[in-house]
Amino acid sequence: MNIYAASSSENHQELLDFSTRYGKQIIWMGFSVVISIFLLFIESSFYEKFAAYIYLACMILLAGLFLAGKNINGATSWYAIGSFSIQPTEFAKTGTVLALARLLNERQFSFKPFVNKVKTFVIIMVPAVLITLQPDPGSALVYVSFILLFYREGLHSNILIIGTLAIVLFVTTLVFGYLYVIAGACVTTAIILWYISKVRKKILRFVWPKIIGVLTIVSGYIYSVYFLFHYVFQQRHRDRFNILLGLSDDTSDIGYNTYQSIKTIASGGFWGKGYLQGDRTQGKFVPEQDTDYIFSTIGEEWGFWGSALVVILFMAFILRILYLAEKQKSKFSRIYGYGVACVFFFHVLINVAMVIGLFPTIGIPLPFFSYGGSSLWGFTMLLFIFIKLDAAKKYEL
Amino acid sequence: MKKRSLLFPLLVIITGFIFVARLFFLQVVHHDSNEISLSGSAIKRIYTYPERGFVYDRNGKLLVANEQTYDVKVIPNEVKAFDTIEFCNLLKIDKNYLTTKLDRARNYSPWLPSVFLSQLSKEDYAYLQEKIHKYKGFSIQRKSLRKYPHKSAANVLGYINEVNEQLARKNPYYEQGELVGTQGIEKEYEDILRGTKGVSYKLRNRLNKVIGPYKEGIYDTLPQPGKDLSLTIDLDLQAYGELLMSNKRGGIVAIEPSTGEILALVTAPSYDPNLMVGRERSKNSVMLFNDTINKPMFDRGLQSTYAPGSPFKLVEGLIGLQENVITPNTGFYCHHGYRYGYKANNFMGCHCGITGRPIDLRLGIAKSCNSYFSNVYKLLLEKYDSSQESLTHWANHLQSFGLGDYLGYDLPIGAKGFIPSSEYYDKIYPRKTWRYSTTISNAIGQGEILTTPIQLANMIAAIANRGFYFTPHILKKINGNPIKIEKYTTKKHTTIDAKNFEPIINGMSDVYKSGTAKHVQIKDIEICGKTGTVENFIRKNGVKYQVADHSIFVAFAPKDNPKIALAIFVENGGFGSTIAAPIASLMIEKYLKGTTSLTWWGQNSQSLIEKSLEAEYKKQLSIQTLEKSQN
Repeated sequence: MNIYAASSSENHQELLDFSTRYGKQIIWMGFSVVISIFLLFIESSFYEKFAAYIYLACMILLAGLFLAGKNINGATSWYAIGSFSIQPTEFAKTGTVLALARLLNERQFSFKPFVNKVKTFVIIMVPAVLITLQPDPGSALVYVSFILLFYREGLHSNILIIGTLAIVLFVTTLVFGYLYVIAGACVTTAIILWYISKVRKKILRFVWPKIIGVLTIVSGYIYSVYFLFHYVFQQRHRDRFNILLGLSDDTSDIGYNTYQSIKTIASGGFWGKGYLQGDRTQGKFVPEQDTDYIFSTIGEEWGFWGSALVVILFMAFILRILYLAEKQKSKFSRIYGYGVACVFFFHVLINVAMVIGLFPTIGIPLPFFSYGGSSLWGFTMLLFIFIKLDAAKKYEL
Repeated sequence: MKKRSLLFPLLVIITGFIFVARLFFLQVVHHDSNEISLSGSAIKRIYTYPERGFVYDRNGKLLVANEQTYDVKVIPNEVKAFDTIEFCNLLKIDKNYLTTKLDRARNYSPWLPSVFLSQLSKEDYAYLQEKIHKYKGFSIQRKSLRKYPHKSAANVLGYINEVNEQLARKNPYYEQGELVGTQGIEKEYEDILRGTKGVSYKLRNRLNKVIGPYKEGIYDTLPQPGKDLSLTIDLDLQAYGELLMSNKRGGIVAIEPSTGEILALVTAPSYDPNLMVGRERSKNSVMLFNDTINKPMFDRGLQSTYAPGSPFKLVEGLIGLQENVITPNTGFYCHHGYRYGYKANNFMGCHCGITGRPIDLRLGIAKSCNSYFSNVYKLLLEKYDSSQESLTHWANHLQSFGLGDYLGYDLPIGAKGFIPSSEYYDKIYPRKTWRYSTTISNAIGQGEILTTPIQLANMIAAIANRGFYFTPHILKKINGNPIKIEKYTTKKHTTIDAKNFEPIINGMSDVYKSGTAKHVQIKDIEICGKTGTVENFIRKNGVKYQVADHSIFVAFAPKDNPKIALAIFVENGGFGSTIAAPIASLMIEKYLKGTTSLTWWGQNSQSLIEKSLEAEYKKQLSIQTLEKSQN
C-alpha cells in the first residue's frame, strides 16, 4: 500500500498551506492513524458478519441528523461535538459498500430475479435519499458509481448502455435544444438501420413498431429533459449547467468559482509557482480552496507536473485496488474492494473534473487532500477495511 | 466474467488521460495568455506616470506644454468624522455636493479611491495642501494636463483622450481612464511622447485590499520620462496661414522641397486646442464634433479631396513631353475652346483668348489654355494600341507623383484621392468603347481625378526638385536630435526625366510674369505658380446647382534652389487669381522675408484676412436645407 503512503505524504505537504486549519487537520490525521491500526486488529470475518449492522448504524446516524444535526452552509450534515464536527455522510459510504458486499455475496445471487434488483436498489437509495434531503446532492451522487460494481457482478450491460445514452442525450439536449436532438436521434437510427440492412446484409423483419416505439420513448425523454431543465430545475442548477456547457459566460456571480479555479490552475504553468508561492492561493481567490477546490492550489503551486502526478497517482491507486480486488479469493472481499474503487474513482472524477472545469459545480471532497476530518476518517476506514481483508486472504493461504 | 472486469480499469485510464490532457492544455498551452488576467486580479499594480513630452516648432518655439492640476480623491471607508463646514469652505463647495459625491463614491466602491473634486486651481491646492491631513480618507492627486501657449495648429497637434474599454482590451499597456493620444501628433508619436509608466506590484486579497508588496518588489520599475518632439512646422508661417484663411474654408499645405518637411498645414475653420483640455473639455468636444456645417475637426489639408483643376495641366504637360507626343515647341490652335465630337455640346470652352496663332507649351501653361491640354490628352490616349493601355501609362506617371494613394506622411489621418484606371472606365463603359473624348475632362483636372491639398503640394515639390520628392513629414527632432528615418530621407523619383521640367517651370514662372498671377508678383523673389478654378455643383435629387468655384493655387519659390512649395485650396473662393494666388504670394513672402508688404488691385493682406466667404456658405446651406424641407 505504498501508493496510499505516497498520496498521504503529499496530503501532508499540501496541508501546510493552511496554518489556521493545519493544526486541526494534524489531529484528525493522528486519529486516523489510530483508527487504521484499530481496524487492522479486528478479525476480518467481523466485517462480513456485522456488515448489515454497520450499515444500519450508519443509516440511523444519517436519519438522526434531522433531529440533532448542525446546519453548516445550508446543509444539515454535521454532528457538533465541542469545536469539532462530524459528518456521518462520509461513514455511510463504508457502511453501504459493506452492505452491498454482504448482499451480493449471498449464495447464487443474481441480478436476474426482480427481487434482487429491488434489494440492491434499496440499499443504495436509502442513504442516497437521506443525504439528498440534507440537502447534499453532491455526496448523494457518489452512490451512482456502484453501477460499475453491479456491472462487474453481472448486471445486464443494457442498463449501462441506456444509462450512458441517457446522460449523452441529457447534455446534447441542453446544448442544442430538443428539436435538433430528436431529429438527430431519428437520423442516427436511420443510419444504424441502413448499416444493418445494407452493410451487414441482415434482413429486418417487422421491427418498425419497435423502432418507432423506441424513438417515441427517446423523444419523450428528450422533451422531458428539456421540460425538467426549464420548468422544474431551479435557476441555480440551470446556471451551473449553462456555464459549464458554455451557454452563458459569467465570471463574477455564479461562474465565479469555476472561472477562478481554472484561472488559478492555468496560472501555475508547467513548473508551478512553488510551494507557498501561489499568489492566487494567498489572495484566497478561489472559494473553498482548502476543501473542495484544493486541487486548484496544487495546480497553481506545483504546476502541470505536480497536478498531473497527483492525477496519475490517484489513477494508479484505483487501478491497484481493482487489481487486488480481482485477486481476492472470497467474493465478499472482491465486491468490497470493487466498491471501494468505485467510491474513490467517483470522488476523484467529479472533484477534479469540477475544478478543471469539465463538470458542473458539485460539492464533493478530493480523497485525502481536502480539509475535513470526517472525510479523512471515512476514506481511511473504507481503505483499511479493504487492506485488512486483503491481508486476511494471505493468512488463509 | 473476465471481459466485464476490464470496463472499470479502462474507464480509470481514460479519465486519467483526459485529466492530464486538460491540465496540459490549461497549464502549458494556455499558460501565457492567462498571465495577464492573473496579474489583473491577484496583484494590484500601482502606476507612476511620467510627464508627457513637450512639442516645439522647427525654430524651437513651444507648441505644447504641460500644466499641473490637482484632483481631490476619497476612499469612503477611511473617512472619519470631520469639520464639514470648514472643508466645504476650503474647497468652495456646498454641503449638498459633499454628501452626493460621498454617496456616489461609496456606491462605486467603499475601498477604492474615487475622484471627489477634479482640477483644483493652484491657489485652492495651496490652501488645501496644508489642511488635508485633518481629513482622513481624502487625498490630493497631481495630474498633468496639456497646455497650448498658441492657438495654432490644432489639427497637427491633435489631442489626448481617456483610454476607453476597447483600447484597454486591445493594448495591455493601457488601463481604462489613463490618457492616450487620439489625434494628430499626440496619436502618431504616442509612444515617444508618453514615455513609460512605472509600476509597483502589490499583492491583494479577494476584497481588493493590499496585503503587501509582491515578491518584495523585484518586478517594480521606475517611470521613463516622455521625449520632447520638434516639428517641421514653422509656427509663424502656420499662424499667418491660419490668419489668412479666416472666415474661409479650405487648406494650405507648404512643404520644403529639398527635405519633404511640412512647413505649414493649415485647415480652416479650425479650433483653439485649449478647448480640448480641462473641465469644459467634454462640452467643447461635443460642440466641435457636432458642428457638421463648419467641420472644425476635419483636416481639409489632409482629408478633403478636390478636383485639382488647372494645376493638373502641369503634370499633363510633363507626361506629354515624357511620352514624346509633344515637344516644348509643339503648337496647337485654340478657337475659344476645343471640339472633341460632332454634337453641339461636344465642346470644351477656353478663356485663354489667344486665337489665330499656335500656342506652345510655355504659353499654354502661362495662359492655362484648355484647348492645348485637350490636344495633349488626345495624343496621349491615342499613343498606344488601345485607350486602356494608353490610360494605364498615363496613370502610372501620375502615381509616381504620389497622386491617388496615401503619401505616407506621419499623421494619422488622410485620404487617398483618386486617379482613374482603365479598369475603372471599363466598368462604367462595359463595352469598352471609351476613348479620349469620353474622358476629356481629365485633360484639365476636372474629371474623375481627386487630390488632397497635401498631394498637390507634394506634386509641386516634385516639380520644384525637377523630378523627385521626399515623403512629406512633420517630425524633425526627438529630444533635440534630428530624426534619421530612412523613409523620409530617400528620394522618390518620378517617371519624368529632369530635362522635361524646364519648359513647364518656365511656363509657371510666366504665370507670375505675364499670366494669371501677374498682380501678386513679389519683388526679388522669382515665384513659379499656377492658378486653378474648379467648377462645382451641389447635386440634390438629380438637380444640379452651380455654386461659386473653388479657388486653387500652387506655387514654389524661388525658381532656382526652391525653399518652399505650396498648395492652396479655398472652397468657393471664386477665381484662382482672386483669393488663392494672393494667399500663396503672401505665404511665400512671409516665409522667405519674414514680413509681408504685398499689395494688389488696391488690396493688402489685411483686406484678405477680413474677406469673408460666409455669405456664400450660407447660400449653399440654404440650398441644401431647402432641398431637405421639400423632401
